[in-house]
Amino acid sequence: MRIIADRLRCVGAGQCSLVLPEIFDSDDEGLVVVIGEVTEADADGLRHAVRICPVGALSLRPDSSPAPGTPQAAGR
Amino acid sequence: MAQGFPLPRNCPFAPPPEYERLREEAPLVGAELPGGRVWLVTRHAEAQQVLSDPRISTDPATPGHPMSALSAKPPSAEEREAGARFRAGQFIDMDPPEHDVHRRMLIPEFSVRRVREMRPDIQHVTDRLIDDMLEQGSSADLVEAFGLAVPSMVICRLLGVPYSEHDFFQSRTRRMVGAAGRSQRDAMAAAMEIWDYLDGLVTEAGRNPGDDLIGRLVTTRQATGELSHDALVGMTFLLLLAGHETTANMISLGVLTLLRHPARLAELRAAPDGWAPAVEELLRYHSIVDWVAFDRVATEDMEIGGQNVRRGEGIFVLGASANRDPRAFERPDELDLRRGARNHVAFGYGVHQCLGQNLARAELEIAYRTLFERIPGLRVVGDDDELPFKYDGVIFGLHALPVAW
Ligand code: HEM
Ligand code: SF4
Repeated sequence: MRIIADRLRCVGAGQCSLVLPEIFDSDDEGLVVVIGEVTEADADGLRHAVRICPVGALSLRPDSSPAPGTPQAAGR
Repeated sequence: MAQGFPLPRNCPFAPPPEYERLREEAPLVGAELPGGRVWLVTRHAEAQQVLSDPRISTDPATPGHPMSALSAKPPSAEEREAGARFRAGQFIDMDPPEHDVHRRMLIPEFSVRRVREMRPDIQHVTDRLIDDMLEQGSSADLVEAFGLAVPSMVICRLLGVPYSEHDFFQSRTRRMVGAAGRSQRDAMAAAMEIWDYLDGLVTEAGRNPGDDLIGRLVTTRQATGELSHDALVGMTFLLLLAGHETTANMISLGVLTLLRHPARLAELRAAPDGWAPAVEELLRYHSIVDWVAFDRVATEDMEIGGQNVRRGEGIFVLGASANRDPRAFERPDELDLRRGARNHVAFGYGVHQCLGQNLARAELEIAYRTLFERIPGLRVVGDDDELPFKYDGVIFGLHALPVAW
């Protein structure tokens, strides 16, 4: 499982880092960055973060999907 | 017959009573306003959908925008002039990409991390206001002495208003948010005075930029030509407008609500970790902004909640109804301070979701916690039916909240 955070969409509301501060943070621009390793144990929290992000900037992908170009990807 | 609108609240702890019926009827309901027909969005899923659909505009200049339907009369020349003057930098009224350009300049100032750094300062401001209350006796109007004062002081420090000018600034902002019995015209005059004041502050920062929000924007954005002087003044004005009455109303309403639930207040006092979810629940429960910020218009024909919405049709999202939708929240009418639901729309949804939400959360949490810690005997003077609630206002709250200790 990997989490994709699209910084072009992010509006910096920080909802994701309130839910999972070990995984999401904001950088100097105030936009989302993925800082933590994503494991199966976080699946519920990640799905919650995906749902409450107000602009759909977060998405969960299975491991096998190809890594996209621009958005930042992290996890295994 | 189509529904009339706006619908008044009749209970301080509940949305307008008709919302429940409308929500069960359909996710979108047509309403007849003095200046035309609009859609009301009643349910949570459709509220999120409307607020995040890029084909739906919030720009008042888009044909069919619903704010003009609220009144049968077209705006007077005076109102139009004031409107034009106050438009610069108001990205809350802009669509992407123009909106995003402005918002992105401010995002770093309001990130979770930055707000964490501001907490000691918010705590300091809060403590000083409580010192003043305690010094002045054993009773106060909590709205005046605390609710309005906390966000006003916080925003002054954020923007870089010199301490010696806080009083000027606070008295104008109070007039602008319209204390009971004050006229629209007086509020408008106060808004002009604040605009002029901020204009001066931005000019001064151009000569001598400080380490504050205005100083940083002047050096990083205005100096590079990305941001005009007027847009910068407008952005700071928006921060003040959007962050002042909202936070103030939530402080006083929240204090009242907590005092009406003493057992749960006792739990919070014993376990301060509970404040964060409690703040979230109070925001959902009161939904003070309801529909006023959710003025939208479709720019294409589309289907929402099984309803055909045509290009040029106006939409109001009923935030207070969405936040009591049983499809999204179990026992929605119950105040459950441990619920911790973050999917409410009290701060909106989509690209306009409240820029200051993390600052607001910090202010509310610190204000409630510190007030009840330092004044354990705090009580409201009077019953709920005697208190001056803002049934007449656009953002729900209290005109005054007499308290004693
Ligand atoms: C409890 C307090 C607050 C509530 C309930 C609240 C509510 C809201 C809501 C519902 C919106 C969305 C408007 C829309 O969709 O068009 C919004 C936007 C906004 N809020 Fe807040 N707000 C609060 C505090 C603050 C504070 C403290 C600030 C800053 C100092 C602030 C600044 C803004 C700004 C700049 C926007 C426009 C964002 C955009 O258009 O991108 N708010 N707020
Ligand atoms: S919740 Fe979405 S918009 Fe907010 S910081 Fe995270 S990715 Fe960005």
